[in-house]
Amino acid sequence: MVTLNVNGKTQQVDVAPDTPLLWALRDVLGLTGTKFGCGIALCGACTVHLDGQPTRSCVTPISAAAQRKITTVEGIGADRVGKAVQTAWVEVGVPQCGYCQAGQVMSATALLKQNPKPTDADIDAAMSGNICRCGTYSRIRAAIQRVAGQKGATQ
Amino acid sequence: MSAPHDSMTSAPSDASSDSPLLLANVSRRGFLIGASAFGGLVLAVGFPAALRAADAPKYGRDGMPDGWTDNPLAFVAIGEDGTVTIVCHRSEMGQGVRTGMPMIVADELEADWKRVRIAQAPGDQKRFGNQDTDGSRSTRHFFEPMRRCGAAARTMLETAAATRWNVPVGEVEARNHEVVHRQSGRRLGYGALAKDAAKLPVPPRDTLRLKDPSRFRYIGKGELKLADGPNIVSGKAQYGIDTRLPGMLYAVVARPPVYGGKVAKYDAAEALKVPGVVRVVEIEQSPPPAEFNPLGGVAVVARNTWAAIKGRQALKIEWNDGPNAGYDSTAFKATLEEAARKPGKVVRNDGDVDGAMASAARRVEAEYYIPHLAHATMEPPAATARIVQGKCEAWGCIQSPQAARDRIAKRLGMSADNVKVNVTLLGGGFGRKSKPDFMIEAAVLSKAMSGAPVKVTWTREDDLHNSYYHTVSVEHLEAGLDAGGKPVAWLHRTVAPTIMSTFNPEARNEAPFELGMNAVNVPFAIPNVRVENPEATAHTRIGWFRSVSNIPHAFAVQSFVAELAAAAGRDPKDFLLELIGPARRIDPRTLGDTWNHGEDPEQYPLDTGRMRRVVETAAREAGWGKTLPKGRGQGIAVVYSFVTYVAAVVEVLVNDKGELAIPRVDVAVDCGAQINPDRVRSQLAGACTMGVSLATKEEISFKAGRVEQDNYNAYEIMRTDASPREIRVHLIPGDFNAPLGGVGEPGVPPIAPALCNAIFAATGKRIRRLPIRDQLKA
Repeated sequence: MVTLNVNGKTQQVDVAPDTPLLWALRDVLGLTGTKFGCGIALCGACTVHLDGQPTRSCVTPISAAAQRKITTVEGIGADRVGKAVQTAWVEVGVPQCGYCQAGQVMSATALLKQNPKPTDADIDAAMSGNICRCGTYSRIRAAIQRVAGQKGATQ
Repeated sequence: MSAPHDSMTSAPSDASSDSPLLLANVSRRGFLIGASAFGGLVLAVGFPAALRAADAPKYGRDGMPDGWTDNPLAFVAIGEDGTVTIVCHRSEMGQGVRTGMPMIVADELEADWKRVRIAQAPGDQKRFGNQDTDGSRSTRHFFEPMRRCGAAARTMLETAAATRWNVPVGEVEARNHEVVHRQSGRRLGYGALAKDAAKLPVPPRDTLRLKDPSRFRYIGKGELKLADGPNIVSGKAQYGIDTRLPGMLYAVVARPPVYGGKVAKYDAAEALKVPGVVRVVEIEQSPPPAEFNPLGGVAVVARNTWAAIKGRQALKIEWNDGPNAGYDSTAFKATLEEAARKPGKVVRNDGDVDGAMASAARRVEAEYYIPHLAHATMEPPAATARIVQGKCEAWGCIQSPQAARDRIAKRLGMSADNVKVNVTLLGGGFGRKSKPDFMIEAAVLSKAMSGAPVKVTWTREDDLHNSYYHTVSVEHLEAGLDAGGKPVAWLHRTVAPTIMSTFNPEARNEAPFELGMNAVNVPFAIPNVRVENPEATAHTRIGWFRSVSNIPHAFAVQSFVAELAAAAGRDPKDFLLELIGPARRIDPRTLGDTWNHGEDPEQYPLDTGRMRRVVETAAREAGWGKTLPKGRGQGIAVVYSFVTYVAAVVEVLVNDKGELAIPRVDVAVDCGAQINPDRVRSQLAGACTMGVSLATKEEISFKAGRVEQDNYNAYEIMRTDASPREIRVHLIPGDFNAPLGGVGEPGVPPIAPALCNAIFAATGKRIRRLPIRDQLKA
């Protein structure tokens, strides 16, 4: 039994301690917003925040996530920057199929919290771990810049 | 504009067919059912009527399995609270169909989008018409029927109000979710009218008043946000992989690594020791051809996905690889090249190519190689099924829910009436999810587990190892130029395993629908043209991939045009326009294209005027011909596919180290009128990005019958840092009452040739083999 703090809520999961956080979230806790894409930290679809740091949950065993604050896409809207990112994503019309966008939102939120005015190169560096097969990259960049340009959104 | 609330049907319930919806209670007389000539044919799925020679030609939506319907009772329901529920019967995979289709109905219905709820149809083509979401057909085939659905429902509401007020129906008018009596100013909301309207017959089709396009509220405006957007960004959207049912088990399957292989023997002892593993089940192989059948193998059923994955790692399986164990991509490339250098089946022959070649002042020859590709949808195939009291219900990310339903019924030996297929959101489709093999696996495993709900998840490795791959091809081109550099002869040999091989192992020639994707139907003003198609044998499952054979054909044709321009010392854009020739409307049959994307050749001729216009637009917008610094260059290509015209100008920067960057792409598209311009733009920008990705990085290769790429490290998808910095999409205005073109696919094929033409302009290096990878560094 491992105790996880997910989106401010403490919960017990009764699976093997080497189980990746991704599968504990999805299969045990029913938080299916965090997506499976590759299983080996190559695509970013499974990105969550561990103590605010963007982390690939598909390679993070639950034993390593215990004692830490886990935030998923279901909880990121409670954060001011996270909310601003979600709103910008909808306003700019970023998603196509939308499957990778949970991870994109999590990576973009982490970027903007750390760096409220990212350059194009900053965006490339922070977002290149997240693959989008539909090819929404140009709108993702536009949505990030939109949040960065909003007064107070990231401060 | 806000998005409709509650926009995704939750997985276990289904709002579209079982709920007591007011309008749905009406007598079924007066249905406006369209043609449904081809339901149930095994090979009908995804194939147009023209492939079946015995049938009289039927085109467009009439030619699709189960045709179409414009019956509002199937698509519209209005609650007494005024909520309008509109059914989307096509699968959403990013093209925006769950916004676009309901928006069309809502517009003609004069519904307020804020009070519209969208329900997803289960697989039921008798009720909804064709649901195969492929071929860039949804809007092109259903714009008119959906308009009539909305107009018919609007007419019923107007009639109900006029009857209530005892005034002539001509004095009332539906406006923004209510009906107004013009003279008295009286008004009644849709909720208040729903019950009365539900008692009325559906008005005959020829009495419907469709809106004048100048009065559209939503159509053509691009102001509505994506219906599923808020759910997507908050993690609430439900994809095939997200289904959860009480007591659900989780499965992964070890499938034969070689096409046609099967399990020789296996040992499950270690797998069964993995905590959480419940059972190990062998799935019987269906012998080739694969069609839509599961490949067979050994499934591990567990309490969670991770336990199933670990259980599968612990399986010991010996495979009997069968006759495709020798499939080797390096050797096969040589086989294709050999075939491409000898005459093959003649599929178009105008004039005297040999004579014209012999007397030409100059001859140019080039050969292009385009590898297998995998869709690599971000959501891998995933489906869930359960069997309760002899009835199977399945959920999944499926492009062809009726085919899934029929195939599950067949495999389980039950009537299709006892199978229900629920369509979730698709985390990418691109043709992979047209094949229901993965959903049949879930049904087979549920049956093995006494009907318990079982979710089958494909890992990324499974997806890349056992896909239905885009074909691999060699395209051999020769041309003769006269003394002035004008082409007088054109020979194209295309060699590629056909998609038909997945259904018929004897099939070794490209089918008409593949040849009609820019092999035969090049509309160039050249008097002597011959297209040949030597045979090729498939050694893996070949399937549809976004824009299909247009990818290799257009890459070769549009690269070769630029090569000819260079040989003639001409500007590539001017040369291309001269080859297209003057504006004219060409009957595709005169080009040897009997398919025409399934559309009526009278209604959809190949219009070189429209082709010229997209070329001129893209060139103008891109500043074609502008002076560029060293290492920079522009390339152009134009492709007619899915009855839409797309031209692209790609600008590249290649530095001294041979590193490629793409500062800008200009894409001009003429798809007729744009129903949801924002989604047309997003599709074209996305297709451009995917086109660059496949041109620069993507390749599936085989060794000893096995795919060599395991995951995204070996099968690379372009990431944001390498993606074009700016993609500008230029839409050519169209007429809402004229035939529409496709949007989902036609943006892909012009990108690779435009990119390689730009690289040539920048560096003088001609890329003839995809992907580009590090060829610029050599």
